[in-house]
Amino acid sequence: MREATFYGAGFPYAPVPQLEGRLIVLEGTDGVGRSTQIQLLKQWLEEEGYGVSNTGLARSPLTQPGLDAAKAGHTMGRFTMSLFYATDFADRLENQILPALRAGFYVLSDRYFYSIIARDVVRGADPEWARKVYGFALKPDIVFYLKVDVPTLVQRMLQGRGFNYWESGMDIRCAHNLYDSFCRYQALVIEQFDQMADEFGFITIDATRSAREVFEDLRAHIRKLETP
Amino acid sequence: MLRPNDYEGKLIVVEGIDGSGKSTQIDLLNKWLQSQGRAVYFSEWNSSDLVKSTTRLAKKRRAFTPTTFSLLQATDFADRWENHIQPLLKAGAIVLADRYAFTAFARDVARGVDRQWVRNLYSFAPRPDIALYFRVPLHIAVDRILSSRARIKYYEAGMDLGLSDNVVTSFRLFQQRILDEYDKMVDEFGLTVIDGTLPIHEQQLLVRSITHRVLLGGQEQLAPGNVGGE
Repeated sequence: MREATFYGAGFPYAPVPQLEGRLIVLEGTDGVGRSTQIQLLKQWLEEEGYGVSNTGLARSPLTQPGLDAAKAGHTMGRFTMSLFYATDFADRLENQILPALRAGFYVLSDRYFYSIIARDVVRGADPEWARKVYGFALKPDIVFYLKVDVPTLVQRMLQGRGFNYWESGMDIRCAHNLYDSFCRYQALVIEQFDQMADEFGFITIDATRSAREVFEDLRAHIRKLETP
Repeated sequence: MLRPNDYEGKLIVVEGIDGSGKSTQIDLLNKWLQSQGRAVYFSEWNSSDLVKSTTRLAKKRRAFTPTTFSLLQATDFADRWENHIQPLLKAGAIVLADRYAFTAFARDVARGVDRQWVRNLYSFAPRPDIALYFRVPLHIAVDRILSSRARIKYYEAGMDLGLSDNVVTSFRLFQQRILDEYDKMVDEFGLTVIDGTLPIHEQQLLVRSITHRVLLGGQEQLAPGNVGGE
């Protein structure tokens, strides 16, 4: 049980009562293994007898169709993209995350607004403007920052899904080909995460290790929440 | 807050509650400027093609919260800003906007979001060269709306706020809150107040003379005989 605290004004029209559940966020750039870790954590927490709900960027039923169409069109400017993602985030926070926390669930969030800010700032947004947009955001119990370097990321992409347009920052053409653009873009995003680690109190996790090792690390931190 | 407009073009916006007569006035201004051969671009609140389907979905399902309502309208504005308003201002056009950031400041705060938060959302947009606020007493605006339309829509009436189960009562209460916010912004943003109860023609003469003064800065002479109407 804890008092809900927000980065800014929160939701002045709907005061949030005490929250029973826990909000655990996994942050980090594309391909660091967030979804694998969320699966492992969910399984473990459920075995321990906790209710688990998960969420992730751009999964709001309200904005998903429109946001997908907007991304396909390639006419979306940077402020438009920032605010569209913020709409998605707010919808999930008010309609999924907060209700689940009130009901005592563990909410595992695959990214939070930090990722959106990182991408916005890389695209030229004013860092202060981007942070203030998220004044309604609830402060999580824990934010894990899964950190990898670009060469490791490239190896993972080779074994996985390859390089795509958005993950390579091709909308801002960091380079003329997908691979070089990917490397430059991801390095810029990682730089943003590194800067945010102190500012937002992330727990930085070395994600170049095996999934099992990373999971054990995360689990140890979460256990501390339950046995203070 | 809003930075000054340092683009080549000029930005003119109209604001006011529903039924204040602002759309009629900006339409007449648009026709006058076009008849003078000026490059004019008109942008209407909540009209981005990119955002339209999402807004429609949310309204149909009544899925908006004050925060998502505010953010989606800001997204709509951002899209119009990035794809139309800003490039045209840079190119030197006169951009006319039927509602601008002030609408969000009034409505979203009336819905309960934080005043400073919503001002930050729009801080990438410049302060208009002319911001006309058409002020009318609540009962006049409400009478105009009720006599001209079949029915007031859910969000327009602020039904999401639960002020009243009656649509007309809710609409009145919600519009009063918006009116209060507009009145507070007159000084904050230097809005030019136009008495929206004056005859349409008389208001338009005022609008044209203000526009004339600001556009020409007293230097260029542009069909002065037409200032104040034909």
